[in-house]
Amino acid sequence: MTETMDVTGSAIGRPLRRKEDARLLHGQTNWTDNIQLAGTLHMAVLRSPMAHAKIAHIDVSPALERPHVVAAFSAKELGELNGAVPCVWPVTDDIQMPPFHALAVDKVRHVGDCVAVVIANTKYAAADALDAIDVDYEPLPAVIDMEAALKQGSVAVHDAADGSLGTNRCYDFPLKPTGDGSFEAAVKAAGDDAVVVKRRFINQRIIAGFMEPRAVVASPMGMSNEMTVWSATQIPHVLRVLLALVTGLPENTLRIVAPDVGGGFGGKLQLYREEVLAVQIARHLGRTVKWVETRSEDMVSSHHGRDQIQDIQIAATKDGKLIGMKVDLLANMGAYLQIITPGIPLLGMFMFPAIYKMDAYEFSCTGVFTNTTPTDAIRGAGRPEATYAIERIMDELAAELGMDPLKLREMNWIKNTEFPYTTVAGLAYDSGNYEAATERALELFGYDELRAEQEQRRASGDPVQLGLGISTFTEMCGLAPSRTLGALKYVAGGWEHCTIRALPTGKIELITGTSPHGQGHETAWSQIASSILGVPVDDIEVVHGDTGRAPYGMDTYGSRSLAVGGQAIKKAAERLVEKARIIAAHQLECSPDDLDFIQGEFRVKGDPAKAQPLAAVAFEAFTAHNLPDGVEPTLQAEATVDPNDFSYPHGTHLAAMEVDVETGKVKIRKYVAVDDCGVQVNPLIVEGQVHGGLVCGIAQALYEGVEYDSDGNLLTASLADYLIPSAADLPSFITDRTETPSTTNPLGTKGIGEAGAIASTPAIINGIVDALRPMGVTDVKMPATPENVWRAIQAAQGGAQ
Amino acid sequence: MIPVAFDYTKPSTVDEAVQALIAGGEDAKVISGGQSLMPVLRLRMAAPSVLVDVGGIAEMNGVSDDGDHLLIGSNTTHHDVMNNALVKQHAGLLAMTAATVADPQIRHRGTLGGSLAHADPAGDLPTAALALECVMVAQGPKGRREIAAKDFFVDYFTSALESDEVLVAIKVPKMGDGWGYHYEKFNRTAQAWATVGVAAAVKRQNGTITEARVALTNMGPSPIRASSVESALAGASASADAIAAASTSAADGTRPTSDLHATAEFREHLARVLTKRAVAQAAGV
Amino acid sequence: MTHVPISVTVDGALYEAEVEPRSLLVHFLREDIGRVGTVVGCDTSNCGTCTVLLNGRSVKSCSVLAVQANGANVLTIQGLAEGDGNWHPVQQAFKECHGLQCGYCTPGMVMSAVDLLQENPSPSEEEIREGLEGCLCRCTGYHNIVKSVQFAAEMMGGK
Repeated sequence: MTETMDVTGSAIGRPLRRKEDARLLHGQTNWTDNIQLAGTLHMAVLRSPMAHAKIAHIDVSPALERPHVVAAFSAKELGELNGAVPCVWPVTDDIQMPPFHALAVDKVRHVGDCVAVVIANTKYAAADALDAIDVDYEPLPAVIDMEAALKQGSVAVHDAADGSLGTNRCYDFPLKPTGDGSFEAAVKAAGDDAVVVKRRFINQRIIAGFMEPRAVVASPMGMSNEMTVWSATQIPHVLRVLLALVTGLPENTLRIVAPDVGGGFGGKLQLYREEVLAVQIARHLGRTVKWVETRSEDMVSSHHGRDQIQDIQIAATKDGKLIGMKVDLLANMGAYLQIITPGIPLLGMFMFPAIYKMDAYEFSCTGVFTNTTPTDAIRGAGRPEATYAIERIMDELAAELGMDPLKLREMNWIKNTEFPYTTVAGLAYDSGNYEAATERALELFGYDELRAEQEQRRASGDPVQLGLGISTFTEMCGLAPSRTLGALKYVAGGWEHCTIRALPTGKIELITGTSPHGQGHETAWSQIASSILGVPVDDIEVVHGDTGRAPYGMDTYGSRSLAVGGQAIKKAAERLVEKARIIAAHQLECSPDDLDFIQGEFRVKGDPAKAQPLAAVAFEAFTAHNLPDGVEPTLQAEATVDPNDFSYPHGTHLAAMEVDVETGKVKIRKYVAVDDCGVQVNPLIVEGQVHGGLVCGIAQALYEGVEYDSDGNLLTASLADYLIPSAADLPSFITDRTETPSTTNPLGTKGIGEAGAIASTPAIINGIVDALRPMGVTDVKMPATPENVWRAIQAAQGGAQ
Repeated sequence: MIPVAFDYTKPSTVDEAVQALIAGGEDAKVISGGQSLMPVLRLRMAAPSVLVDVGGIAEMNGVSDDGDHLLIGSNTTHHDVMNNALVKQHAGLLAMTAATVADPQIRHRGTLGGSLAHADPAGDLPTAALALECVMVAQGPKGRREIAAKDFFVDYFTSALESDEVLVAIKVPKMGDGWGYHYEKFNRTAQAWATVGVAAAVKRQNGTITEARVALTNMGPSPIRASSVESALAGASASADAIAAASTSAADGTRPTSDLHATAEFREHLARVLTKRAVAQAAGV
Repeated sequence: MTHVPISVTVDGALYEAEVEPRSLLVHFLREDIGRVGTVVGCDTSNCGTCTVLLNGRSVKSCSVLAVQANGANVLTIQGLAEGDGNWHPVQQAFKECHGLQCGYCTPGMVMSAVDLLQENPSPSEEEIREGLEGCLCRCTGYHNIVKSVQFAAEMMGGK
């Protein structure tokens, strides 16, 4: 009956201004730190100043002497309440998963490791009392470098005496086809025609850098036995399950609220130790406990991301046809495994072959423990690392073959006519049009003119050289079909839920399991529901981020909210219409099949004057005075959808980079991003997601990188040293979209939240290397700081002499 | 994020401020705009016993013309320095440099005197003060004294001020006719401190550089004059080649550190390149 | 540490309080008088989320002691256009141009933009970018924030 639904005046596809904004722009916000309940106790955390040490002695009692201090705990005082934070993605059967307690027991393993907490009546008093805690550390050698960590005899982050294996090898994950599918066999078969390019890329460690620091308020002061937990989290629903498992509190007494959340970028896709501590201590003391991190704490304690050493080989025939690829990764886990730490590089495993056709693919990944802050998902999670490697090495291969890098890509990518296409990594791409996106990008970029200018600058020896960087990327998002996740040993599912209620006053309540923190779900979800229900967007209220009001959901990460959650909205809305149709038919004394549903009302076919709006049906369902037999009162419908497949957005990004060869400073002259995320529900929001993603990736390419010294001290320990770019460091972007609807998603949509971050890093670095290639430069270390660029030039010129 | 507890006093005259510093002893600290001090306090890298807020001392505000020099009160904000007509006319290098400090919010609060007294080797204004040969007017228990810029910046975060002295004003010699100037700041992001900075003031006559002053930011524990560049430029032709040749010695005698943002070697390289650029700009080449 | 009495006008209302000398203005605003629209994002003066107007000029309220604001006039995001349906043109422009996503940097961005436009009513793109260099945003890539300020300048008659 969908044919009768009105989609002509659909709210889908319109750049509606956001419903969220009025509040946010007037400071009428509800960040976790804004929650100030009477009698709240404040928690401060004592963190390890050392990367690796034995806690020889700890005494929290002096802190109790300080004014306003109510309690203080180390692991010893916390005892049974010192729960272990779980990792839900044991990627191999023999993975090493050491315990990770909320407060460190006997040893600290990274700078920032949680050692003790003080609970006081004011946050100033809590902070003051930390220095009263008496701790003796016996320093142990720290291991920071992944290759050193894997050497025989290296100090172990979790040593045998701690009951661990005594090795820093967390897991080995091989994907090794035998026979003809092996890389070696494929290269051998090509004989003299094979060209193999081998590179080592370092995908450096970064931080998420959400602007709202993490915060949690745990209050046992709720109704009945409820413990209410407000947290600056992306995952209230997952948190509820995990907190129940960790604390032993009955899940049905835990209510988790993610109120206004100020960005996440994967960094708030986590169960953090401080959340466990706040809940356990609130429960223990019977008081509300609040903790808000400082930015300096965030730098050492919120999970980091990326941090891979990538050894990659790619083989092609001399005329440029790809033969195969072999990837060997070292992935830094940090000191402990957080929620999905080990799985991040495996999300990348599928993406190394990207949009290209080849017959052989081998992959291996070794997860490595080091005395550093744990790593986990940051915007893109595994796919940016993979995309960086493949898009960088495609340029290197083009240089080796003497081909234009764009031509090489075009020659090897999956043609629009070849979809659906199963890649050598086993993914079935449903749709894509790389030709269209590339054509549009070239048009917007002025590729030929820029190439001409590049030639001219090269010829004149201009101190500012120009380089053109290409990234023709795809990614897999929309996590994910539950069965696939199960096959990958991920402990949870990938479904999403929506409940829609038509209220007696005609308003619509849309309850979603996604948990937005900047993505504009309130607006976009209203648009989807409006397009089906025919109700004005403003009459739809989206409820989210509160397990008390939205009990089912899998939250927001991995560009899944629209790709998966959107399907649930569509299905729930359609079910609601079907229930309403039966009631309306009864009221209008006709058969349900005789009704059209147009612009929010049921109209009798051939007699449009006889009609009943959805609001009237909702009121009938509320009074229930005259419902058809067997129809239950109230008008609501729900849907829980497990996606058929991942979502495969793609696009072509082009960067023109100016490089000052004297100082090494680079400038983005022009950046064009043409993305294809299928059907766009709200192009304004899509564009905003692209912009933000671009800068995340650009920041990794140019500005950001976590640095430790050899003792494991974090050098980039504040925003004064970890350089997040400001408006003054960036250009405006030229963006556009092609629209190739997904064939596996009923709305035709694909994810867009991470695309920019995945695409832009290699485009920027390819542009810099392209500018400097005539000087002999073949790589630049990220972030491409002036010194790193200058050193690449010096090294190349030294090599040439 | 939370400073260690301290006492606070807000004198209304310089005399009272000096008395408060004496009473507060070694751990008393002067605060004005607080833009250098507040981050240090928030990170608990300092724990003063008392803050003496000189922000209310009227005498320490504003810019006045004092014959062959300007007298700038220490409390004058960066924003006011960069927009002041007298400063722009007679000490354009100072106005230009003040405009590169941090960001608008910090320039609204941060003061010239505070920046100089903080003596951060990565600070921009000390370098400009050194190039302009400013003179600091300080008042302590023994009365007022004047300290030349070259003697004022002693070491990392250390000025010649005694702990009971207040920097009251800065005398900025007026640049006469024929001078050009430029501050070339090199940083990794707009917010970041200078990796290296070069302040150049060049006097030009008939195609010849008659006098040049070049001072460097973050090339040692305190700002430093590139004296060999200055001598090489004196009498040289105002040409790109001559400037480039003179600039090759810009790093001579410097002692830059290696840190997260650059190695000493790269800073030396930058000093040479940026000196060339700053002098060329100042000389209008 | 003795508490110090202060009186500060915030968003048009006079508040009298006793504060510790070390209290940061932003903590006074948020915790003593409940003006939680202004937020904290860092501890090194980099992020600018706490920006308010102090006697008409933008400052980072984490970098001002509450005692230093004694006798001053503070305008926060909450006082920019109070009351149902009231909007400052900069707020309107941010909505129109999608200049915010999560909204956490927004109070600082908006207050900085208000200050920028009062100083320079028709800024170039470069001047806008430099004028906002004291505020960090992680969501928007700044593209639409710049557009918002340009649009606000137009609405306010700067262009």
